[in-house]
Amino acid sequence: MKKKWRELPIAVGMLAPSAVILGLFVVYPLVRAIQLGHLRCDATGKRCRDGGWGQYIDVFRSNEFQHALANTARLALMTVPIGLALGVGLAVLADKQIRGIGFFRTVFSSTVATSVAVASLIWFVLLQPEIGVLPNLFHGIIPSLKQPGLLRDPATALPAVALSSIWASLGFTFIVITAALQGIPRELYESAYVDGAGGWMRFSNVTLPMLGPTILFTSVVLTTRAFQSYAEVALLTGGGPDPQRPTQTLPYLIYGQNSLVKNDIGLKSAAAVLLFFVLLVLAFVQFRGLDKRVHYGS
Amino acid sequence: MTYGVDVAQVRLEHITKTFGEGKEAVTAVDDVTIDIEDHDFMILLGPSGCGKSTLLRMVAGLETPTSGDIFIGTKKVNDVAPKLRDVAMVFQSYALYPQKTVRANIEFPLKVRGESKPERAAKAMSAAQSLGLDDYLDRKPGQLSGGQRQRVALARAIVRQPAVFCMDEPLSNLDAKLRGETRAELVDLHRRLDATILYVTHDQIEAMTMGTHVAVMNRGQLQQIGTPQQVYAKPQTVFVARFIGTPPMNVMPPGLFERSEVLVGVRPEHLQLSSNGVLSLTVRMVEQLGHETLLICDAVGTRVVVRQNAEAPVPSIGAELRVDASEAHRHRFDPVTERRIDG
Repeated sequence: MKKKWRELPIAVGMLAPSAVILGLFVVYPLVRAIQLGHLRCDATGKRCRDGGWGQYIDVFRSNEFQHALANTARLALMTVPIGLALGVGLAVLADKQIRGIGFFRTVFSSTVATSVAVASLIWFVLLQPEIGVLPNLFHGIIPSLKQPGLLRDPATALPAVALSSIWASLGFTFIVITAALQGIPRELYESAYVDGAGGWMRFSNVTLPMLGPTILFTSVVLTTRAFQSYAEVALLTGGGPDPQRPTQTLPYLIYGQNSLVKNDIGLKSAAAVLLFFVLLVLAFVQFRGLDKRVHYGS
Repeated sequence: MTYGVDVAQVRLEHITKTFGEGKEAVTAVDDVTIDIEDHDFMILLGPSGCGKSTLLRMVAGLETPTSGDIFIGTKKVNDVAPKLRDVAMVFQSYALYPQKTVRANIEFPLKVRGESKPERAAKAMSAAQSLGLDDYLDRKPGQLSGGQRQRVALARAIVRQPAVFCMDEPLSNLDAKLRGETRAELVDLHRRLDATILYVTHDQIEAMTMGTHVAVMNRGQLQQIGTPQQVYAKPQTVFVARFIGTPPMNVMPPGLFERSEVLVGVRPEHLQLSSNGVLSLTVRMVEQLGHETLLICDAVGTRVVVRQNAEAPVPSIGAELRVDASEAHRHRFDPVTERRIDG
C-alpha cells in the first residue's frame, strides 16, 4: 500500500500532459456543450434562461432537427456504399503488376491530399450552370444540369453534394483498401486459381472476405464523415435550395450561416450533443452488426 | 479411395524458366528433363533458390516455361489453364481460407466445379475421414494446430481426386516431432491413393524416407535423378555427394587420399580406423551424439569427418589417427567437371 502511494506523484506527473490536453479540448467542451444545451435564448441571443433537460427532447422532436437528421442519413446512404464500392473497385483494378500502374495509383489516391473545401470548390465550378464544364457538355442528356443546375434543383442538390463528397473521400478509401489488398497472402489466390476458381470466385472467396475488417473500418469512418459533413454543404448549397432545404445536414443546422438556429447558442449546443449521441449509436450498431460477418486474421 | 484410372505420368522436356529481361534476367530452371511415372512419389530436392519450386509451379500452371514442354498424361499442358490440368497443389503456408470452416475449405474445389451440395458433402466427409479430420469440420482454420491445418490442406487436395498432386514444402512449417509423424502419414496416403505426387523439399530426410524417386537440383540444373538409395550410394556429382547424407561425404582434393589426379569422396561412416591406413588425421573436435560419435579431424588443411559407433573408444583432441576405406566405398570425381568418374 505504502509503495503505491509513494508512486502517486510520478503517476500524476506522467499523466498530466495528456490529461490536460484531453480535458481542455475534449472533456471541457463536451461538458460545456451539454450544459449550454439547457439554455433557451431570445432572438438577440443575449438573454438566456435555463430550459432544463427537457430541451434536448424538444430539440430532438423538432421538425428542423428531424429534417436535418433525415437529410444527413440520406447523404450517408449515398456516400458510404457508393464510396466504398468505388474505392474497392479502383483498388482491385490498380492492384496489378502492370507497367505504369504507379501513375494510376497516384491519380486514384490524389484526392486524399485535397481538402474538402478545395474539392467542393472544384465541384462547384464544374457544376455551375452558366460556366461549368459538365452542364455545357451534358445538358443535352440531362437538362437540369443547366436549368436550374444540379445544386439549385431540390431533387438533385443532395446527390450533387454526395458526388463531391464521394470524390473527396475516394483517395482515402483507395489508399486504405490498397494497403489491405497487399496484405492478402498470394498463396490464397494461387490455391483458388489451381482449384479452378475464376476471377469472380477469387474476388468473392478471397479478396472480399480478407478485406472484411478494413471495409468495416472504412465504412465507420465514411459514415462518421457523412454525419459531420459541413464544408461541402456550406460551399455548394448553403443548406439550400430554399424552401425545402434538402441539403441542410445536422452540422449545417448547428453551425451554418443560413441556419434557423444560428444565433441560439442553447439550441445549437443541444443539437450538437444529440449529433454526438447519434454517431455513438451508429458506430456501435455498425460494429455489432457487421462484426459477426467479419473475419479477423487467423 | 483409390484412383487407378485417372492417375497420370508427368513429363518435363527441356524446361527452362527465365525471370526478368536483358541484363536482369535470372535463369531459375535451366534445361531440365524429368520423367515422372504413374503412381510415382517424386521428390524435387535442392537448396533454396535451386529452382525446384519454380519447376513445381510450372507443373501446376502457376508459371509458364520460357521454353520446353510439360506433358501430363499424353497431353501437352504448356498453355492449359490450371483448372483443366487436373492438378492439386498443397502450399507450405497451407493457404486455407481463414473465414471458411474446415468443411467449406475442403468443399471449395468441388464448389468451383459446380458439384451439387450432397455430392460435395459426401466427398468432403470422406476426405476428412481419411485424414482424421471428422471432428473438426465446423471449426475455422484459426482454431486448429499447424498439423491439423496441414491435414485440411491435404484433404482439400485429395477431395478433387486429381491426377497429380503438387506439394511445395508442405511440412516445413511443422515442428520436428510432428514433421516426423506426418512424413509417415504422407507415405501411407500415397500408398492408399496410389496417386502421382510431386513433392518439393530442401530436407534430405524427407527425400530419403518418402520418395520413390529423387531429383536433386542445384542452381536451376538437374544434378541427378534416381531412387533414394541410388542417389545415396552413387552420387553423380560432388554437389549430390555433399548434399545427401548427414554429416555430408568427405570430398578430398587430389593426392590426399589416393595418388591420383581426381577428387576422392568417402562417407564418414565408411572411414575406418586402421594403424596402416592411407590417410593421417589429427582430431580437432569430438561430437558424442549418443547413438554415434563424430570425430571432426584435419588432414593437411582439409576437414574430414569420421563417424564411429557410440561404443568405440573416444580419442582425445589432438590425437593422431590413421584411416582407410574399402574400394567399394570410394567415390571418384573429375576435379574440373565435378562429375563422377567410375560410373
